Amino acid sequence: MGSVTRRTFGVAAASTLAIYAFPRRVGAEAAKLKVGLLLPRSGLQALIGQSCQRGADVAPELLRQRLGVDVELMNADTESNVDTARSRAERLIEEGAQVLVGAFDSGHTAAIAQVAEQRGVPHIVNIAAAPQITEQGYKFVFRNFPPAPEIGRNGLVLLGDIFRESKVAPKTAVFMHVNDTFGQAMAKGVAALLPKLSLPFKVVDTIPYDPAAKDLTVEVSRAKATNAELLLLVCRLNDAIVLRREMVKQRWSPMGVVSPGSPGLYEEQFSKGLGKYGDNCISNTVWFNPKNQITHDFAAAFKKRFPKDEFAFHGINASYTFDAVLIAADAFKRARSTDPKALAEAIRQTNIPATDRVSFGGPIKFNAKGQVEGNRSVVIQNLRGKPTVVLPAELAEGKLVFPMPKLG
Amino acid sequence: MPALPYVANAVISGTLTGIVYGLMALGLSAIFGVVRLVNFAHGELMTLAMYGAVGAFQGLALDPFLTMIAAAVVFGGFGYVLQRGFINRFIHRPEHLQMLLMIALAIIIGNGLLLAFGPDARSVQTSYQLDSFELGPLLVDKARVYAAVAAVVATALLAAFFRFTLTGKAIRACADNPIGARVAGLPVAHLYAVTFGLGAASVAVAGCAMVQLIDVTPGLGPGYTLLAFVIVIVGGLGSMVGALLGGLAIGVSEALAGLLITPSAKSMVSFGLLVVLLLVRPQGLMGPGRR
Repeated sequence: MGSVTRRTFGVAAASTLAIYAFPRRVGAEAAKLKVGLLLPRSGLQALIGQSCQRGADVAPELLRQRLGVDVELMNADTESNVDTARSRAERLIEEGAQVLVGAFDSGHTAAIAQVAEQRGVPHIVNIAAAPQITEQGYKFVFRNFPPAPEIGRNGLVLLGDIFRESKVAPKTAVFMHVNDTFGQAMAKGVAALLPKLSLPFKVVDTIPYDPAAKDLTVEVSRAKATNAELLLLVCRLNDAIVLRREMVKQRWSPMGVVSPGSPGLYEEQFSKGLGKYGDNCISNTVWFNPKNQITHDFAAAFKKRFPKDEFAFHGINASYTFDAVLIAADAFKRARSTDPKALAEAIRQTNIPATDRVSFGGPIKFNAKGQVEGNRSVVIQNLRGKPTVVLPAELAEGKLVFPMPKLG
Repeated sequence: MPALPYVANAVISGTLTGIVYGLMALGLSAIFGVVRLVNFAHGELMTLAMYGAVGAFQGLALDPFLTMIAAAVVFGGFGYVLQRGFINRFIHRPEHLQMLLMIALAIIIGNGLLLAFGPDARSVQTSYQLDSFELGPLLVDKARVYAAVAAVVATALLAAFFRFTLTGKAIRACADNPIGARVAGLPVAHLYAVTFGLGAASVAVAGCAMVQLIDVTPGLGPGYTLLAFVIVIVGGLGSMVGALLGGLAIGVSEALAGLLITPSAKSMVSFGLLVVLLLVRPQGLMGPGRR
């Protein structure tokens, strides 16, 4: 064996340098897409964050089968905290995430979107409704989830459908909403839209409340004092349980408890925690499309992975999170690159047919702002402890109960 | 303006909640009044007791009001050991070290609960949890009434202990004049530990009462520590009656602010009350006057 000369050493050194110095993206082209998944898996919103996580956990295997691409999830917990969400997003990018997905809460999502835009890494919002997220002129932020005004409008329009279907119409309503980013956005949307929709009721009082409140006695007293026939509610999960429990204690039986598009009422913990008192509450909300084959495949994979969980309870969170990963994988397949700019461009060109998505809506296409239009809502009612689609008729799995029975 | 029955309901509800708040703050006040230690882990101790009550309910089907007695004994013993074996060593050290010690204890308890139970909210579901007493136009939450009665009984027992027993009198002597107590041969370290034990027992009873009213999560502690501080400052540091009055003042003012102004104003009003009181009567409602 000859000795190492200056020339061979130089060649070896240059080769080594070339391997490490040239972008890893070249090597990554044929490999896998690293998706940084940001969700509130602990803290106030932990239950919903974990529900979203389940949808993402099922995605890599199913997408490998359907699209033939490999996706690696890099999980990060935002701890239900805006500052943590921002720092976790930074860290995921440092650790090599090529796309960010998340983060359920509008405030957290807005913080992550800023980081993604600054660092030039695509961010696909799974769930977050504050309109401003796609109103900032960002080039790397995409959302397949309707903004609050659209959810509110869809939800309020469906209220009219409920009254038509039941042939009963309340004359007054009290509007209670959480006072976080999402709740405020929804409140603005509802306030702006109600006068335009010719609904039969008048809102007699609007009561904002803290989603972290442990006791909602006063809030419910105030709402009950209005004698409103309908409770219009924009809530989260824990507060929804506390609020409904307080309604039972105060024996307040409005004609209906209807959410025009917020989480909470259709969650598993709501029904399990309240038993029969959770029944008949209504959510006019985005949902999954039970008619699509991909939904059946997704539900089957979900059931296999999480045999103890009822898919319907995780449907919306899991579906929209799965679809966000689907969008990333679809773009990766077309871009054949993990280069963030190429991925962002591919995401911009997304055109996933309505039948090839799990969530309920039209085709997934982003407009110039990075927003998907045409997501639709359904009327979900808790019947016998399970969220059940009752409207529109073509998707209905059960019969609408309205007005809800009086508390015994 | 809501109709009178709604206002009356809010006042009753605020009063009942305030009594439980008062018991919770009582422990903090007693510990500060005697040991001169600010217990920054007070809310976490209450959270720990709440988890104990939830565990006893789910595992043994024990009503939290029965768990209360066992919790008082266990927490009393725990408090005694904690003070005697650990905190006592910090009593003569600078106050910032005592503060750091108690904050560290709070963080350990909070994160320990998170590790053990996860972030989910937990609750007990007793048969009467959703029931109310109907008194004409008034509806009074049963669980809240029971919780307040338990808090009143616990407070009365504690007051009787301090007033009528030799140990109680010795503790009061320690609080009035620690050097004199030492000179008189009182076992000050033991009495400090008994006081800490009593404080922990009262917060455990408050936790078992509170778990009937709210769900418990590991992150509950700091908010209730802060609330206990507000109550004892409003009532007067070191005063048992003051703690109860402070609890009532906070409970009722929050309820009325929520009903008559806006629910978001609840905390604003209680902290506003604190600021006003600090300006007008810094020693609190029942605190000793300036000498």
